[in-house]
Amino acid sequence: MHTYLGRRLLSGFITLLGVVVVVFFMSRLTGSPIDLFFPEGAEPAQIEAFNKAYGLDKPLVQQFGIFLLNVAQGDFGTSIWQQRPAMEAALSEMPMTLLLASIAMTISVLVALLLGSLAAVYRFRTVDRTITILSLMTSSMPHFWFALVGILIFAVQLRVLPTSGSNNWLSWVLPVATVSIGPIGVLTQVVRGAMIDVLSSGYVRNARARGFSARRVVYRHALRNAALPIISVAGDIAAGMVNGAVIVSVVFAFPGIGRLIVGAILNRDYPVLEASVVVVGVSIILLNLLIDIICSIVDPRIRLN
Amino acid sequence: MQSTPTIANTRIRRWRASPKWQMFTSSPLAVASACWLIFVVILAFVVAPLVVDQANHQTIAMRFYAPFRLDKGFAFFLGADSLGRPIMLQLIVGARTSVLIAIFAVSISAAIGYTIGVISGYFGGWVDNILLRLADIIHTVPSLLMALVVLFILQPSIFNLIIVLGITRIPVYLRTSRTQTMEVRERMFVEVSKAIGASNWRIITRDIAPLVFPTIRTLAMLEVSAVILSAASLTFLGIGLQRPDVDWGMMVADGRAYLKSTWFVAVFPGIVIVLTALAANILSNWLRAVEDPAQSTLFFRAKKKKEIVKA
Repeated sequence: MHTYLGRRLLSGFITLLGVVVVVFFMSRLTGSPIDLFFPEGAEPAQIEAFNKAYGLDKPLVQQFGIFLLNVAQGDFGTSIWQQRPAMEAALSEMPMTLLLASIAMTISVLVALLLGSLAAVYRFRTVDRTITILSLMTSSMPHFWFALVGILIFAVQLRVLPTSGSNNWLSWVLPVATVSIGPIGVLTQVVRGAMIDVLSSGYVRNARARGFSARRVVYRHALRNAALPIISVAGDIAAGMVNGAVIVSVVFAFPGIGRLIVGAILNRDYPVLEASVVVVGVSIILLNLLIDIICSIVDPRIRLN
Repeated sequence: MQSTPTIANTRIRRWRASPKWQMFTSSPLAVASACWLIFVVILAFVVAPLVVDQANHQTIAMRFYAPFRLDKGFAFFLGADSLGRPIMLQLIVGARTSVLIAIFAVSISAAIGYTIGVISGYFGGWVDNILLRLADIIHTVPSLLMALVVLFILQPSIFNLIIVLGITRIPVYLRTSRTQTMEVRERMFVEVSKAIGASNWRIITRDIAPLVFPTIRTLAMLEVSAVILSAASLTFLGIGLQRPDVDWGMMVADGRAYLKSTWFVAVFPGIVIVLTALAANILSNWLRAVEDPAQSTLFFRAKKKKEIVKA
């Protein structure tokens, strides 16, 4: 177990290093912040002072070296747009996104387990067909359009939910629904597939033959063995929730890392962009690590690979 | 001369009797999806070039013309947008953008991912390790975020959108084909090929690649829907395309400002996105079921049972 964990940690660290490198070079290519912060024909001395203050006057390689050293100390520099440490800005927005993602993930997994198992038990019958079509439909729904139709129906027509904000629980309903709608569809499909595989296996038939109730067989014998593919897909989906968070921040003005990233891109705020992508990257790497550990507990054979 | 139609007939009969075709026709959803996708492709490549001028023609008098009325001609059946452009024709022109992006982005990422995945999975070693690491890095940054940043650097154009979506989706194919190659590589017939002196190139192209291909085909169908959705998300965020180029995501974004007064401007393009993504999803789902021996046996068993019950 220890060597397995060590190996996973090491590979996570290498991935993180790669993300940092990619992020640095990508954000340096988004154009100079000088065009944005200074009017045309600004004092050259002013521009020079600005460049010096943010270290933009040094050669790219040197900038990268300094950047790496600072990153190792958790220092991404000061936000050009918000006038506070970039890391602080990224970390202060993260809890909202994590909360949104955890709520959405919990809902998606529960709904998917229920619907997917139902579909697998009643496979190729009306229940299965209905669930399959519904799940395909929700996974074909673009986030942004679902959000707009949600606003149109519940905020404009029925006036029961607010169009934006995050102050009370009612304003969370549409954002959470928007982020979970796709994952519910995809996960339901995965649960159904995994359950069909497991339910047609020998030990499930054996358990049924020995007289265990269908419910017990599904929950005790089948679901546990179907867990592996479900967990690994759920990990990928949880990581992809950042995509949903970006859309939600734009449509509902919902706080979180999505709002910060979009703002950082529009304001050419390198430090914040770098800090946010690295924070997102670290969260996803940690999540993957967690998934690997869970998988290796569920199926010890993985550790030996 | 007489034998030719007979041979053709037997061929057609044999094809129609094949399990795949039977599964296809017995699934009305799969047939409907295939028809819808073909319809969209025809609209995109045949109809769109004919109506592009009319679609971009702005008539302020027609601003927010309500849908489902025919008195201004068929073009305005789905209403008009904020600049009086007919929504139906805009949808048709938008179809061209979405179809182009879907076809090229999926082909690029599938071709590159499949090739690299099979080769890297076959040889293993440090090159394989580095490639897998690279795929992990691309995979760790959420796809939309990556595309947002890259498209912000590049000029907005269909070409750049295709490149970005093509590259960010490579890891999906790479991982799948690599895993499957590593599995196939251990099988007996590969061993046999090696023993009789086949070259690595021959083993890869003749023994391994054909076995990995069906999975990649199913995955690519699934990715068509994913790419359509990602492209629409990006253009909805206002990144990736610029007028006069138009796609469905951009049309939803245009309608967003007028959601309260004129719902149809944002709703119709969304419906078309959902239908198209859904059709691709259903076809992919069907392909997976057909190619999975366990599922197709179950299908035929269920069908036989029904016939017995009927009799």
